[in-house]
Amino acid sequence: MSATPFIVLSAILFTIGAVGVLTRRNAIVVFMCVELMLNASNLALVTFSRVNGNLDGQIAAFFVMVVAAAEVVVGLAIIMTIFRTRRSASVDDASLLKY
Amino acid sequence: MTAFWILAPIMVVCALGLLFARKAVHCALLLAVVMISLAVLYAVQDAPFLFAVQIIVYTGAILMLFLFVLMLVGVDASDSVVETIRGQRLLAAGFGLVFGVTLVLGVAQVGIGAVTGLTKANEDGNVPAIAQVLFTKYVFAFEVTSALLITAALGAMVLAHRERLTPKPTQRAAAAQRMRDYAEHGKHLGPLPPPGVFARHNAVDTPALLPDGSVSEASISRVLAARGSVNRSPGSATQVERIGGDDTSVPPRDDSADQGGSGR
Repeated sequence: MSATPFIVLSAILFTIGAVGVLTRRNAIVVFMCVELMLNASNLALVTFSRVNGNLDGQIAAFFVMVVAAAEVVVGLAIIMTIFRTRRSASVDDASLLKY
Repeated sequence: MTAFWILAPIMVVCALGLLFARKAVHCALLLAVVMISLAVLYAVQDAPFLFAVQIIVYTGAILMLFLFVLMLVGVDASDSVVETIRGQRLLAAGFGLVFGVTLVLGVAQVGIGAVTGLTKANEDGNVPAIAQVLFTKYVFAFEVTSALLITAALGAMVLAHRERLTPKPTQRAAAAQRMRDYAEHGKHLGPLPPPGVFARHNAVDTPALLPDGSVSEASISRVLAARGSVNRSPGSATQVERIGGDDTSVPPRDDSADQGGSGR
């Protein structure tokens, strides 16, 4: 079982996630695209773990999942707070620091 | 490899759907498909522990958290189609295309080397092997993770907390407010009239009729009126004809003051 198709799939998913972060307006969807990028990198880590024959890659993927869980909790709380004050989850509306 | 060739197109299509779906809930469900497929790919690649963690933590916990927040924010809070920065979408698509092609060509051309496989590393089970590495080589990182998780939990609590600025309304205050409305504006004291009193319709979106045959706007839920889904079907009009006689063209009226019925 070759490893290259897995890495290519991971690269494609990462690219789609990056484009999603750049184009989408809804903060929650932007956040989902970030999750997609993290998942794509996890796939690469697991694949390289199999290529190298040791479990360090799987441990790294595990830590990525832990960090992603913590990040989602705080990020969604921030989105909720912004929504409460501005009645909108659009990333364009939170522009107060610009002025 | 069969699993890969079946799942990879599904995953790419669902990930592309994440870019084009208008509603955020659809995005969340498409992401769930991608994540479950990824879990299967982990299982294929000798990582049964990560297979379980991916389904439990990602699909079970994180994605459900997304759905909860979507429910709080409002399911129909869809993306606006208006571009705030001109040409941004086109630029982003071009950038993504260049980035993706470079990345894919790069990783496809580089020689990864022979696949060693995890049969030797996993020989006494994947979970014991992961535990062996996690609690010896990476034990410090593992301990630091606990600090991260506690910080995240505290941060979420602080961010989601809201001070109550106005006193909590009591039943007594509500009753006093109602009496004040009656004294000052003559607003009807009793409950609102129930909807759906026609012979052929008894649904909540059918307005009640006043004794003079006109439609009672107060009998319809405010939400239904705002959505514009109040039932004014021909069936109800004939009912009006029969009950109200000739003055069916009486405009809808605010019946807050004349609950007892007037007109005829």
